[in-house]
Amino acid sequence: MIFMEVKELIRAIDAEAAYTLLNEFKGSKVMAGGAWMKLSVKSVDKLILLDDLNLDYIKEENEYLEIGAMTSLRTMEMHPTIKSLNSGILAKAIKSIMGVQVRNVATIGGSVMGRFAFSDILGALLVLDCRLYFHELHEISLFDFLQMPKVPRDILLSIKIKKSSGKGYFHKVSKTHLDFSLLNIAITKNELFKIAIGSRPQTATLAISTANFLNSQSVINEAIIKKAVEIACDEIKVSTNLRASKEYREVLLKTYLTRGLLEVIK
Amino acid sequence: MKINLRINGQSRQFLIEPNEYLLDVLRKNDYLSVRRGCDNTSCGVCTVLIDNKPVPSCSVLAARCENKEITTVEGIEKEVEKLAKYFGELGADQCGYCNPSMALTVYSLKLENKNANIEEVKEYLVGNLCRCTGYVAQHEAIMKYLGDES
Amino acid sequence: MKVVNNLTHSIDGMGIMKGRKAFTDDFAEKDTLIVKVMRSPYAYAKILKINDSEARKLEGIEMVLTHKDFKRIPFTRAGQGYPEPSPHDKFVLDEYVRYIGDEVLAVVGRSDEICDKALSLIKVEYEVLEPVLDFETAKDNPIVIHPENEIHEMFDIGFEPKRNIAASYAMEIGDVKKTLSECEYVIKETFYTQAQAHVMLEPHTVNARMDYQNRLCIYSATQTPFHVRRIISQGLEIPLSKIRVIKPRVGGGFGGKQAIHGEMLVAYVTYKTNKPAKMIYSRKEVFESSYSRHPMRIEMTLGADKDGKLKAINCEGLSDTGAYGEHALTVFMVTGSKVLPLYNKVDSVRFAGDIVYTNHTPAGAFRGYGAIQGNFALESAVDILCKKMKMDPILFRQINMMKEKETSPIFAIMGEGTAGTAMIMETCKLEECIEKGMELIGWKDKYPRIESKDKIRSVGMAIAMQGSGIPYIDMGSATIKLNDDGFYNLMVGATEIGQGSDTVLTQIAAEELMTTVDKVVIYSSDTDLTPFDVGAYASSTTYISGNAVWKAAKELKEKMIVEAARILKTNIENIDFDGKTFTNRVSGEKITLVDLSNQITYSHEQKQLQVTSSYVGHKSPPPFMAGFVEIEIDKATYEIDILHYVSVVDCGTTINPMLAKGQVDGAIVQGLGMAHFEEVIYGANGKLISSDLLNYKIPTRLDIKKLTTVFVDSYEETGPFGAKSVGEIGIDTPPAALANAVANALGVRITTLPITSEKIFKEMRRINDEK
Repeated sequence: MIFMEVKELIRAIDAEAAYTLLNEFKGSKVMAGGAWMKLSVKSVDKLILLDDLNLDYIKEENEYLEIGAMTSLRTMEMHPTIKSLNSGILAKAIKSIMGVQVRNVATIGGSVMGRFAFSDILGALLVLDCRLYFHELHEISLFDFLQMPKVPRDILLSIKIKKSSGKGYFHKVSKTHLDFSLLNIAITKNELFKIAIGSRPQTATLAISTANFLNSQSVINEAIIKKAVEIACDEIKVSTNLRASKEYREVLLKTYLTRGLLEVIK
Repeated sequence: MKINLRINGQSRQFLIEPNEYLLDVLRKNDYLSVRRGCDNTSCGVCTVLIDNKPVPSCSVLAARCENKEITTVEGIEKEVEKLAKYFGELGADQCGYCNPSMALTVYSLKLENKNANIEEVKEYLVGNLCRCTGYVAQHEAIMKYLGDES
Repeated sequence: MKVVNNLTHSIDGMGIMKGRKAFTDDFAEKDTLIVKVMRSPYAYAKILKINDSEARKLEGIEMVLTHKDFKRIPFTRAGQGYPEPSPHDKFVLDEYVRYIGDEVLAVVGRSDEICDKALSLIKVEYEVLEPVLDFETAKDNPIVIHPENEIHEMFDIGFEPKRNIAASYAMEIGDVKKTLSECEYVIKETFYTQAQAHVMLEPHTVNARMDYQNRLCIYSATQTPFHVRRIISQGLEIPLSKIRVIKPRVGGGFGGKQAIHGEMLVAYVTYKTNKPAKMIYSRKEVFESSYSRHPMRIEMTLGADKDGKLKAINCEGLSDTGAYGEHALTVFMVTGSKVLPLYNKVDSVRFAGDIVYTNHTPAGAFRGYGAIQGNFALESAVDILCKKMKMDPILFRQINMMKEKETSPIFAIMGEGTAGTAMIMETCKLEECIEKGMELIGWKDKYPRIESKDKIRSVGMAIAMQGSGIPYIDMGSATIKLNDDGFYNLMVGATEIGQGSDTVLTQIAAEELMTTVDKVVIYSSDTDLTPFDVGAYASSTTYISGNAVWKAAKELKEKMIVEAARILKTNIENIDFDGKTFTNRVSGEKITLVDLSNQITYSHEQKQLQVTSSYVGHKSPPPFMAGFVEIEIDKATYEIDILHYVSVVDCGTTINPMLAKGQVDGAIVQGLGMAHFEEVIYGANGKLISSDLLNYKIPTRLDIKKLTTVFVDSYEETGPFGAKSVGEIGIDTPPAALANAVANALGVRITTLPITSEKIFKEMRRINDEK
């Protein structure tokens, strides 16, 4: 069976070499885990592998976790700090994706660079203040990266997420345990609230006005949460696709955002 | 291109195309226990172990597997016998198409967490679909296998 | 019983889990031609011109096959007995393509890559035609999907292709209109079911080669090897004696492999080129270009008197058989014949409808085979009626349902494609099934619902019946041979597709021969070496093939006793046999089976003891079951959690209790898939959008919390060791049970499948708006 035509396979010796190849040849692409690429790419001239760049690592610092771009999702979901960070929402989000087989080959780099609308991780990363580290572009927040009109032809080296001791909430609505989400919600409450809604079906984004509203309140109670959810429904655009209608997504958003906020203020 | 693959402890050299997936290379070279089901990582039937971790061989380029330990059921025969015994006892055998891929995944679960409870078993195996059994007897058999210290 | 109804390992589980060569593609020749099909991008089109000269010139391409290469011989791909009750409306390749995914042409080359390259070089000019995509407008639509002259039915099935009717059926007992007019309570509701996909994990696969006797030898993942052999012979005009079909292990069928798929093209290629050829369906081809379940619209009218007695049933159906008419009539008839008799005390009952062609993926056989569609409609309608009458749904069923020793006039009238067979229900334990099921699910404490802050828990139930083979039509046979060293070979045509028939049939032989399963070696489904069997469908294997095995074993035992009597110099009446030893009761002299077998093989009065025996059923004793579901619904989002499904089954003796449970468990999960998790989605142009496993989701390990499956004591005299069948019964109850549970929880009635949370949300909103 043929899925993707590959003219040449190149194992880059370092990030500079990979970056040069990527920018010299228009028909070149970087393969991270490769599972999604098999389904979405018809042909590649030069397929660049980063397998020799030693980007499979998780480094724990005082305030941050640094995760190499080629770290598998499975490695991440089993890391003790990731399992406990903000009620373990990143581990929870990752665990909800497909099965262990896919998570053993899918990488954090591929998940981020893909900017997948259906992603269950991007929302969790957004509320964990995720920052990205590229070879050329150096540092950029995940939020800003998701706003860029085009994905830069750059090599993602690592991501950083903030270590904080607050609460978190992650919920994904899907038809079966292996399905794409109809909607996913990620919340962290450290000193401040951060809220991300994903798979709307559009790509995850931060509910900034909603968070600002909550962060400006001295007391959070059910009435405030109700108001916050109203703001979110206004602020966050959801639409219809094969999996769910706009109207139903609005119900899901309202319901789970309310439940999530109630949960993190406990 | 030529690559060296270590399969079930044996080093072998193969001539492959850069875009060939591990599943096809294995089946072409008589590792027929590895099967094709869906070609998009949804079913788990093509599972092999790479460095004792289950991966979807339909979506892993063979060229990336050099210097890694690839395991198919032929490489864990004693464990398979044990699991097959419990499958037989609990009536978990139906068409059997998914059974080798299940044995490999269950074995890697045992290496990682031999005290897994039934919920953890279900979570670990969720990527291994079965259309025949309704899953119940498989889970019972797997729990017995995990509990078998022999 | 020592072997039957005892814990017995499957005879093949160990070898298969070890990864031994077992499935069809494992046996493909190393050097083989690959056959790849170009599939229609249009729902309905005429092929005007095929520009394939570039492709033909490609290095490694053996041939390009178009409709011009084949004689116009119509056949049916349906794996059914001859003469088939399905219209002969398919050509190997035709100049019309009738659904997105239909075969346009085929390329044959040395590898996948070369074939793909060739396909990309072929340009086809189509006259794109307006398709018929709505089965409710297909009948008498000016657009005719099958205008060809050569197509025909094999006997009257109501075939009217010019009206887009593949088949039709009507029957009435009593006067339904009159009875309804006298009923105190009448309800009418229309139900829609969906074109569920089988999703067997092994895609359709076939490979062929010419053997050293210059015969065409085909390995196919099929449920019906003998039908495949016959249909290939007819379609390609190859003498039947020159074809051999072998079915190796099959990775699941569920009806989806009860027809011809790639076999016709692959057989042609090998026969023409003398080279081995093979074809493996991609998962997309399995979805788009094999079969689906028949989606139906069923209008159910029920009438009851003031005492809650059901008096009349009117069931009008419309079935969408897609682009070709395989299994059209027979599935539709089962929607009536294996559902309506559940309420056998009515004064009148009517069942009628049409099966129409549309430009969709063809529908075909799928476990349940019409009964799941009919059951959804009937068992939902019963709960609707009970609500109107303010009558307890369990009480209603207990009063009106079929009981042991009763019958229904429907049995005599409705068969599968032809007239039926009258029969008394010698075994029918529905009462016990309901009682036990209520206990196991906790019905009394949970019906109708328990509400909490965020959730509602509720229960729902349904009863069902199926059949055990088709009387006077389905035939199975078995050959048993005694070897030296006292072990047996059992050859059966019966088709093991994972349902455990190899194991179950071995158990039956071993029980009758009073030995253990390791002494009976089974070989199945080889049209040269095994005797005839219709194949794995209609829940016929345990009952029909099992009876054939039982007969053969009994007859072989008699023959062995004749030999023992001769050797021990006495009359056969004086011989005792315990499975291992023959004893002359009078003299006390013995001879072991081992010694006897060695003697008659090698030393004295040598002969091969072997018996072939056949069985055709004179009735089709239905298995029965009661299914109960407990769910939890979220009050805000209407998401459904399936907490528990209880199945209490009467299938007579369970030859292999663990495997029987596995059949029910597996079928329940498939039924829940049809009811809730799986969703078939078509695009506006007729394209099947849910055509891969990322978008069509079958239930996973985490989706259904608990299954409880138990069997009640039952013994069917006409079945082998008291067995009825169990292959399909499990799939029928989940759709109605779930619909009833949702109705009990929220008061909302969903009448289309699948029952999804969004559908419930929309319905709740509609009801609220109306208020």
